[in-house]
Amino acid sequence: MVASSLLSASVFAGELTVVSFGGAYGAAQKKHMIDPYVKESGTKVLFEDYSGGVAELKAQVESKNVKWDVLDIEYIDVERACSEGMLEVFPQDILPKGDDGTPAKEDFIPAALGNECAVGNIVWSIIFAHKNDLKTKPTTVADVFDTKKIPGKRAFRKRPQVNLEWALMADGVALKDIYDVLGTEEGVKRAFAKLDTIKKDIVWFDSWSQAPQLLNDGGAVIVQSANGRIYSAIKKDKANFNIVWDGQVYDLDGWAIPKGSKNKDEAIKFIQFATRTKSLAGMQDVAYGPTRKSSMVLIAEEVKPQLPSAHLDQGIKASAEFWADNGSSLGEKFTAWLIK
Amino acid sequence: MLPVYYSPLRKFWHYALRVIVALVLLFLIFPILVTVPLSFNSEPFFTFTEGMLKLDPEAYSTKWYVEFFTDKKWNIALKNSFYFAIMSTILATILGTVAAVGLASDRMPFKSVITAILISPMIVPLVIIAAGMYFFYSVIDIAGTDFGIIVAHAMLGTPFVVITVTATLAGFDKSLLRASSSLGANPVTTFLKVTFPLIRPGVISGALFAFVTSFDEVVLIIFLADPDQRTIPRQMFSGLREQINPTILAAASLLILISVILLFTIELLRRRSENQGIFDS
Amino acid sequence: MENTQTTDDDLSLTSEHTRKYNQAIRREKNKALLLVLPLFFFLLVFFITPIGFMLYRSFYNPTVSNLVPKTIEKLEQWKDISRLPNEETFKTLAYEIKGLQKTRKSGKFAEEVNRRLPQTGSVIKRTARKIKKVDLDKVANYQKLLTSIHKKWGSPAIWTGIRSAGDKLTINYYANALDYKLLPTGEIVKQPEEQRVYLPILKRTFYIAFIITLLTFILGYPVAYYLSLIPLKKASVLLIFVLLPFWTSLLVRTTAWIAILQSNGVINKTLLYFNFIDKPLEIIYNQFSTILAMTHILLPFMILPLYSVMKGIDPSYVRASQSLGANPFMSFIKVYFPLSLPGLSAGSLLVFIIAIGYYITPALIGGVDGQLISNLVAHHMRSTNNWELAAALGSVLLVLIMVLYWVYDRLVGASNIKL
Repeated sequence: MVASSLLSASVFAGELTVVSFGGAYGAAQKKHMIDPYVKESGTKVLFEDYSGGVAELKAQVESKNVKWDVLDIEYIDVERACSEGMLEVFPQDILPKGDDGTPAKEDFIPAALGNECAVGNIVWSIIFAHKNDLKTKPTTVADVFDTKKIPGKRAFRKRPQVNLEWALMADGVALKDIYDVLGTEEGVKRAFAKLDTIKKDIVWFDSWSQAPQLLNDGGAVIVQSANGRIYSAIKKDKANFNIVWDGQVYDLDGWAIPKGSKNKDEAIKFIQFATRTKSLAGMQDVAYGPTRKSSMVLIAEEVKPQLPSAHLDQGIKASAEFWADNGSSLGEKFTAWLIK
Repeated sequence: MLPVYYSPLRKFWHYALRVIVALVLLFLIFPILVTVPLSFNSEPFFTFTEGMLKLDPEAYSTKWYVEFFTDKKWNIALKNSFYFAIMSTILATILGTVAAVGLASDRMPFKSVITAILISPMIVPLVIIAAGMYFFYSVIDIAGTDFGIIVAHAMLGTPFVVITVTATLAGFDKSLLRASSSLGANPVTTFLKVTFPLIRPGVISGALFAFVTSFDEVVLIIFLADPDQRTIPRQMFSGLREQINPTILAAASLLILISVILLFTIELLRRRSENQGIFDS
Repeated sequence: MENTQTTDDDLSLTSEHTRKYNQAIRREKNKALLLVLPLFFFLLVFFITPIGFMLYRSFYNPTVSNLVPKTIEKLEQWKDISRLPNEETFKTLAYEIKGLQKTRKSGKFAEEVNRRLPQTGSVIKRTARKIKKVDLDKVANYQKLLTSIHKKWGSPAIWTGIRSAGDKLTINYYANALDYKLLPTGEIVKQPEEQRVYLPILKRTFYIAFIITLLTFILGYPVAYYLSLIPLKKASVLLIFVLLPFWTSLLVRTTAWIAILQSNGVINKTLLYFNFIDKPLEIIYNQFSTILAMTHILLPFMILPLYSVMKGIDPSYVRASQSLGANPFMSFIKVYFPLSLPGLSAGSLLVFIIAIGYYITPALIGGVDGQLISNLVAHHMRSTNNWELAAALGSVLLVLIMVLYWVYDRLVGASNIKL
């Protein structure tokens, strides 16, 4: 295998592959985290998109061919990824102080440091959105599941997470009981039965960038989306969209390092940089809340009502523990249900 | 003109056949024809705008081409595509040509079985090959290397070289080889001076097939390549799944241009080899 | 051939001549083999071996027995499966799970067992989380400890599940690939109705491939026929219409179909503009668009072999039959069509073989009901990480392809693929 070592992509020192979700969110991260970091450190950063989930990460770790150095992971997945050994443990004690001098441990909201493999980066939410010129406008999750009241396609992300929660909400389960009910076999059946009622009206997408596109193209009248994508479409592209917060499932995203990353030290440096007070506050570009209290003072007043934290009582927090335990079996059920 | 004795039914079929053929040929070419003008859309849509239909110059723009040639990701992809295609074509052409010469020998034992095996990379679904390589590469530790991609693509290209070279060898007068060796030439000289000039059109068209195979290939890249090994088709694939924008159409139009060039080269070669006798080359 | 003839004619050959002749033949043979050898070896390493790896992976999975070797060893001595295993087994598993928790492999263990016995992954994960805080050396009763964490440890089912997940060699994945399941007791039973996925998809794949083959025949036959009738010069100009798409990247053609078919694409915009419809037609991301685009992509594979056979059909046959009184239609069916069959079988088999292994186009525009078996292989490779199941599905597909290829080789000959 002499040839292989000659031809193999050489790994230079000071090179980093960072993956995140692309689109408006990716642009904000590029502006406030990647570009300033490149400028400060001189590191060459390859900033790539992925569409979330743990599959690609797991494949890389298990085939011992880790291509990524840092990834932006949803906390709904991080518990599972961490417990299955897909991520490096992150030394949280070396995180920098807040700009106001608060030590990192107190500055970060507790959930942001709740998993030893990641550092919280944003507080975001999965909401649904529609165009303002829709005849009857949806106001609740139940409306999303009511094709008589509002005919037309709904676009959902192609995974069981959030869709099953919403199905139960629409079926009348109280917000606080969602995960308890979903933990039972009857609850799962009930959720799928509810999804069945609108199955033929659902358009499935893989990546969050597709959500505003589908709404814009007329591919769907109601789309499930990350709140920031819709916010940015309204603010930047002057899209005539409206966000409905009812039933929002909010969650954190965090930076994490895949197990076996070839540039672990550099990756740690990047995460230290990208979770500074100022970097985190920059995510207000897409209406994602910061995970440091010290960043809050930098948030513009008009953005504050658009942050998920302003609507906590209308929804639930995604349960990382539930999805860590049940993610793969529900994933299989979901696939079987989908292609039947 | 049609013969006057044709019955009305026969006349009907005569014209019906032409209409059907015209429609099918249109169906074949239509998607390609649509792609090119759409890539000059000044709006970020995948469709003809009203301005485009009215031939308003404002509605047309080359900005997606500018984006294609200035965007870092597309640049890396363009470079990778050519690099992998050229390297794998060289490898596939050498291996395939040599094997085809052996295969053409009358004395080749188990000819049909061996031919079937050598052609089979063309037949086995790419997903299966990709899955197998994925397991295999991580074991021999060449996953994510350029070498791994090049040999994978070369492997896919070899059947085309074998087929095209075998085809040119089929009409090949073997007594020339004997004549050459009776005149004292050693086998290598015979190959270079006699065989190769005769099969050259087959070798070149085989090489072009191998090139296109690698240049268009996306499944193995999806499974095996690192982020910095993305090729144009890979970039298009993720673009189509995630963020559709007309840069993909610009890329597509450029690929169409490449296919047109390759197609004309290969047809030219085919005609030359069909029209030319052995002695006037 | 020439050589053999001379030897037959020349009766005055000595044994010395024969020996030399045989030697020469052997040398020729060896030379031919030697030339083929590099490519053969190359394919052996980079084509056949990887496929072998996939086949191997489809029934060999040592993960669980590597993760909890001692527990598996204990469970192998466990005979009466209607009762719980002994306290020693509980203790061994408790220690091994704790060890796995520390090295972050308990999740992996849970996932693997979950594959053999659904609903057990969460039991193991919860146990691992709880057991982290327990000092195992001070525990008096391990059975009590585990059952207090989760009541499922108190039933033999989960233990048989772990035991069968510990089998290194298993046909479980093949059973799953064909919508059966292997019970921990060794029985093979059909999956419950709502879990049967793969056979229906396999049927759908065959159905779609068949429809596509039929469509390419219906569309391709007249074209090839017409091209074979007209003068070569004109035919080679028209052939560009066939060859250009053939040479154009698959991704390009799929992209073009997206631009044409999507909800605000060329077709819908045109129809809306002329008020033929009042809302966009749903003609993309479903079976229809998959069949349409794949027919377009595979049509040249039908036309080219048909054309090359039809070009060789002597028109005087058809004329002769007509002069003998057959009407043009009958003479076409009875005389011409059978003569074109070699081209038809070559084209159909090629289109069918390529279609059943198709991945990219269905992945991009297949929506939900346009997904084929290859897409499921990719799904299990890339989304669920159930590589063993992907390998088993891939092997099933491979066998089907090989049978078809064998038929093709018999009927047409592998080297007769026309390019």
